Amino acid sequence: MTRSHKLTLSDDLTIYHAVEQKKTLLAGLAAAGDLKLDLAQVSEIDTAGLQLLILLKKEARAAGKRVSIVAHSKAVRSAIEFCNLAAELGDPLVDPAADAA
Amino acid sequence: MDELTSVYIQESREQLAEMEAGLLRLEQEPDDADNINAIFRAAHTIKGGSGVVECHFIEAFTHGVENLLDVLRNGKLAVSGALATLLLECCDHMGRLVDVLAAQSPEPDADLAARGDALSERVRANLAGEAGQASLALVDSDDEVESPGGGVVTTDSWHISVRFGRNLLRGGMDSLSFIRYLASLGEIIGIETIADAIPAAEEMDPESCYLGFEIRLQTKASKADIEKVFDFVRDECELRILPPHSKVADYLQLIKELPEDSMRLGEMLVRCGALTQAEVDHGLLAQNVLAASADAAEPLAPLGEILIGNKVVHKEIVDAAVAKQAQVGDKKARDSQLVRVHADKLDQLIDLVGELVIAGASANMLAIKSRQSELVETTSVLSRLVESIRDSALQLRMVQIGDTFTRFNRVVRDVSKDLGKEIELVISGAETELDKTVVEKIGDPLMHLVRNSLDHGIEPAALRLARGKPACGRVSLNAYHDSGIIVIEVADDGGGLNRDKIRAKAIERELIGAGDTLSDKEINNLIFEPGFSTVDKVSNLSGRGVGMDVVRRNILGLRGTVEVASSEGQGATFTIRLPLTLAIIDGFLVGVGKSSYVIPLDSVVECIEHKNLSGDRDFLNLRGEALPFVRLRELFESEGHAPARESIVVVQFAGRRAGIVVDQLMGEFQTVIKPLGRMFANLRGIGGSTILGSGEVALILDVAALVNIVTRSEEARLLPNRHAPASTALASNLSAVQSGR
Repeated sequence: MTRSHKLTLSDDLTIYHAVEQKKTLLAGLAAAGDLKLDLAQVSEIDTAGLQLLILLKKEARAAGKRVSIVAHSKAVRSAIEFCNLAAELGDPLVDPAADAA
Repeated sequence: MDELTSVYIQESREQLAEMEAGLLRLEQEPDDADNINAIFRAAHTIKGGSGVVECHFIEAFTHGVENLLDVLRNGKLAVSGALATLLLECCDHMGRLVDVLAAQSPEPDADLAARGDALSERVRANLAGEAGQASLALVDSDDEVESPGGGVVTTDSWHISVRFGRNLLRGGMDSLSFIRYLASLGEIIGIETIADAIPAAEEMDPESCYLGFEIRLQTKASKADIEKVFDFVRDECELRILPPHSKVADYLQLIKELPEDSMRLGEMLVRCGALTQAEVDHGLLAQNVLAASADAAEPLAPLGEILIGNKVVHKEIVDAAVAKQAQVGDKKARDSQLVRVHADKLDQLIDLVGELVIAGASANMLAIKSRQSELVETTSVLSRLVESIRDSALQLRMVQIGDTFTRFNRVVRDVSKDLGKEIELVISGAETELDKTVVEKIGDPLMHLVRNSLDHGIEPAALRLARGKPACGRVSLNAYHDSGIIVIEVADDGGGLNRDKIRAKAIERELIGAGDTLSDKEINNLIFEPGFSTVDKVSNLSGRGVGMDVVRRNILGLRGTVEVASSEGQGATFTIRLPLTLAIIDGFLVGVGKSSYVIPLDSVVECIEHKNLSGDRDFLNLRGEALPFVRLRELFESEGHAPARESIVVVQFAGRRAGIVVDQLMGEFQTVIKPLGRMFANLRGIGGSTILGSGEVALILDVAALVNIVTRSEEARLLPNRHAPASTALASNLSAVQSGR
């Protein structure tokens, strides 16, 4: 169960897509021991989106897995910073690779 | 004076008024914590502002007062009568210091400074007393289980705790946007997102909202402003707001109320900077100990039940607080709808409207003369609009009399303490509106009357009990509107006027002859004559004999009247009648010979035809009632002869009716009152002048005086043995009227 898996979300992390994204994310987590999330293309995130990220983290912790966000869009980064969730979500907000890209 | 200082002075006066009102309430309800907080805030605001405008003498003095209020607020010192008096004195002193600042003096004079020092000394003495009391109180167990920590938290920001409702997102709203909007009020210095409510994956509905936030906000905004941020979701969220410098206990209560685990929340609060770890540890520990001891004391009740019980009690307190906050919020909201306008600007507007009314009347007249129906129509529309503008402009100057009335709470309190009497003040009709200029000028006469009632009216408690009355005297202030005038009553349930004494005094002072017969009413109203006082002992409140005639003069200056009714042993009522406005009225235009007169329309009851009245009697039978009347032609000695058909305008004042005989009725007329010159100040029967559309001058009849003249002269004729100063005064006035025209 140490397979690393990268999941790239392209839709906005908002209430409009929350139901399907919950399924996608949980499925991703089920399939991988180490899920990497690429959120670079997420141009909008709201409360529902934040909740999903927190949920995913919680689920991973409960199952002894890892979820890390490897790339943030500006919107995601500012929302996480605003809510002071950087520690909670536990990932470097500034990803050198993503920034360089 | 710079703008900042003048704003500060104005605000300070308002704060002082609030502080005074609060202090007066403090005596009645010493346990009202909100009230004490409001007083503290007022003092704090004044102190804060004084620092900004660099007025150090206010800052220094207020600082001491604030300290005293602070210990009061924390319940370390009990409210006592002496303490309230001291605080009121301090409040007065602060008012005088603000006056010093307003007078642009660099510092208060020696006398005032000495008084300030004396007060500061007493404040310090009280503070020292508190320290001693506190060390004793340490032994006492705090009977409030819910507030073990009395200390104030060291941070100075608002703490906002919000839990959003599940359906928020489905309602199309985003919790983040509220927090972002909140940030626009000030600076968010700490925020913690509380996601504990998110359930396990299967149960989690991605469209529900599970988030909550603990926020530290540094802002100058009020609590109401912060609440407003969440207005849209008020029903959808649990909102708790703690003001800066809240007690540790308040935070502990917050922790307890919130659904999350106490320890975890405490941690959260520490992380967002609301509390220090030590405060949380100490607080929670203390709470546990107390809960445990409560448990031990009542072994039958399990801990949970006690907690639930506490919570229920607490919920009521919260509900009460919420109701209170809603009130405060409402008031704030009302205040924010107000615009401050300089009174001068308003006066200028009224003047202009006055000119507009005159110009409009003139245009109207020309239009009618021109016989062009279109022009007439246009001008009539115009004059209707002018009328509306006039009414709204006058409305702008209308203020409620309540503020003037509530000032007397303090007067009654202080005076009754000085006199050693127990007196309550009852206020009714506080929402009655009248012109601002009238309100300003009525304060002094009212003060005289109230003090008079307190001093002379209400008897000492022993005498009251002997007379079968409650020991606590009662002075009431009442105001209401009555046919275009405002009536203000100052009533007391004291001894009433002693008519025999007044009569004896009046004879002694040669105001009346020994053989004169006077009605009770006339005797009562003798007290308004100059130099009249029946009290043998002169007190420092009233009784110097300069009061009542000054009162009457002031009120006459406002085109008003004052009279007193009294029944011995039952009390006395002073009734002041004032015109609603001093500027523009609806008038009724009448003509006598070539001149026109205006009768205030509000006082007109009806108009009747005047048919062959007998020449020697000045009253007629109007539907079974005797109606005295006066012929304006005779009164003002107008030239020419009366036409075959005259009219009588029936006017009413203070319940009395009289007729005014005129040549012709010319209809309604908007009347801009122009004052008469000083030369005519003693003229009776004329209230002012106005300009007609034609440019001619018309005199405005003073209905109050006319009714008096008419009824008195009729009485005088029927009772020739009477002292009737009115008729002689009238005769001398007539020539003045003629020369004035």
